[in-house]
Amino acid sequence: MKRFLAVPLLLLALIAPVQGSDVLRIEITEGVVGAAPIAVVPFAWEGRGQAPEAVAGIIEANLARSGRFSPLDGRQFPQQPSSPNDVNFRRWREAGVDHVLVGRYGPASGGGYEVRFHLLDVLRESQIAAYRIPAPEAGLRRAAHRVSDIVYEAILDEPGAFDTRIAYILAAQDDGRPEYRLMIADSDGYNARPILVSRQPLMSPAWSPDGRRLAYVSFEGRRSQVMVQDLGSGERERVSSRRGINGAPAWSPDGRRLALALSEGGNVDIYVMDMDSRDLRRITRDSAINTEPSWSPDGRQLAFTSDRGGPPQIYTYDFEKNEIRRLTFEGRYNARPRFSPDGETLAVVHGRDGRFTIAAVDLRGGGVRILSGGPLDESPDFSPNGAMIIHASRRGDRGELATVSVDGQVRQRLSMAEGQVREPAWSPLRSR
Amino acid sequence: MSTIYRMLMALMVAALMVACATTFDDEDVTDEPRPIDEDVTRVDVIGDDPAFDALPMDDEFRRELTSEERDFLAERIVYFAFDSSTISSEDEAVVRAHARYLSYHPNSRVVLEGHTDERGSREYNIGLGERRAQSVRRMLLAQGVSSGQIETVSFGEEQPADMRSNEEAWRLNRRVEFVYGE
Repeated sequence: MKRFLAVPLLLLALIAPVQGSDVLRIEITEGVVGAAPIAVVPFAWEGRGQAPEAVAGIIEANLARSGRFSPLDGRQFPQQPSSPNDVNFRRWREAGVDHVLVGRYGPASGGGYEVRFHLLDVLRESQIAAYRIPAPEAGLRRAAHRVSDIVYEAILDEPGAFDTRIAYILAAQDDGRPEYRLMIADSDGYNARPILVSRQPLMSPAWSPDGRRLAYVSFEGRRSQVMVQDLGSGERERVSSRRGINGAPAWSPDGRRLALALSEGGNVDIYVMDMDSRDLRRITRDSAINTEPSWSPDGRQLAFTSDRGGPPQIYTYDFEKNEIRRLTFEGRYNARPRFSPDGETLAVVHGRDGRFTIAAVDLRGGGVRILSGGPLDESPDFSPNGAMIIHASRRGDRGELATVSVDGQVRQRLSMAEGQVREPAWSPLRSR
Repeated sequence: MSTIYRMLMALMVAALMVACATTFDDEDVTDEPRPIDEDVTRVDVIGDDPAFDALPMDDEFRRELTSEERDFLAERIVYFAFDSSTISSEDEAVVRAHARYLSYHPNSRVVLEGHTDERGSREYNIGLGERRAQSVRRMLLAQGVSSGQIETVSFGEEQPADMRSNEEAWRLNRRVEFVYGE
């Protein structure tokens, strides 16, 4: 609870004002079969004047976006209860929903706000969950995300990932000159704000496992270097600036090592840096391109891209056996692997017949399942609960973000008012 | 105030200063040179190639240059096929002309900037851009250029020459640029 209060306040104090055009807009492009019917009744505002945020609206949008819920249209609500005692279960059953969420919110006595809610099972006529959530002055949206996570988990019995953030790169034009911004937004695209702005390219943001730091590649000075930036203090540290390529940073699950792609010897190879001693251990050693490492959740393996066998394919490295194995054989182009949180699947960029899509690769069999529509999709990353994959997508001459459920059933587009959006990285779940 | 906020302010001030300088320059040019006759659609200026003229050059070296070599030296970009780092035979002549310039001027320095088109994954493309830059570097070394004169950097697909998303743009974006200076 301590961090819940401290982190967003610090962030707000340290970053530049948010511009309206930086807000991601989310459109749901494909529907779902078998989503849970729920009614999210507008929460009653107990303060003076206008409510600062429509909390229930945020929750409803989250649940719809997950593809696992189909919220009932408000015009079909038989009543507008805000307390569980006022809920007429029979009428909600007739309206066709299994669950009803009701609540109230208002200013808290010690400053900030308090949100109270009740999740009700319409069929059993019982209460599933009821919480009070305090929120700081600027934290109402975040409180709504936490309510969404509680509802998601109470009904589906798996954790939600709404109270998380997305880092991404925004390439924009400023007075005709290119400008690159390292951005952080809430998982629903709101609160987008830059944490770094540069005239030279920024690439490959990677969250530390504790969610407090980002590693990324910066070309400031027209040389590549891997930087680590502390989100709370804004302090930046240059962790690798060797001759040639310094790229593709990936944190080990324990946060003590950083896998990197370096090209000191002329071609790019994978190394692992110990973050305490800064010692480097070389993992690959050949004349091919070896890059884009991703750690297995148990820290025992790296998956990476290599073109040692011709066009790029996915390989795995086993630390214990000190052994490299080719994983993918299907399709001409497989690159940029990311491990799923359960360690059983890789999300990759899959190229076939000139189309690049996001695909899931089974780690045991190496089978490839295409998930996205292409034709120029890249940079997949799993949500920390493993339910969704976010990726970059090209539409016309614009770069956008999109999400797809791991079964490929629900696809959504996150579009922006201006600029090219790319390389999304989903934060870890926040510790409570 | 935070470091980042200060950086942003500094950037904004820098941007303003650049904007002012540009305006001043523009005012110096009072009239655009243009053909008088409407039938004339293009005017070529001979012997005034800014890319070539910007290269500091020994007088004897300049006198010895053939006009073809002049053209090759004015050319600062070589292009590549998809997922390839092979230098085409036409571009070999460009690289050789630059090799001759660099060998004759041992104090000159060049940065070879490798680029790719947007297809495929970004960090793989960083590797591919580096491979292209290395391929040009090897040819320069084979022609006798000292390794201390050459640096390579790969921008992958991050800095396209053509922002569009089509075959023509991709062709122009798969390239290595010769950047002289410092």
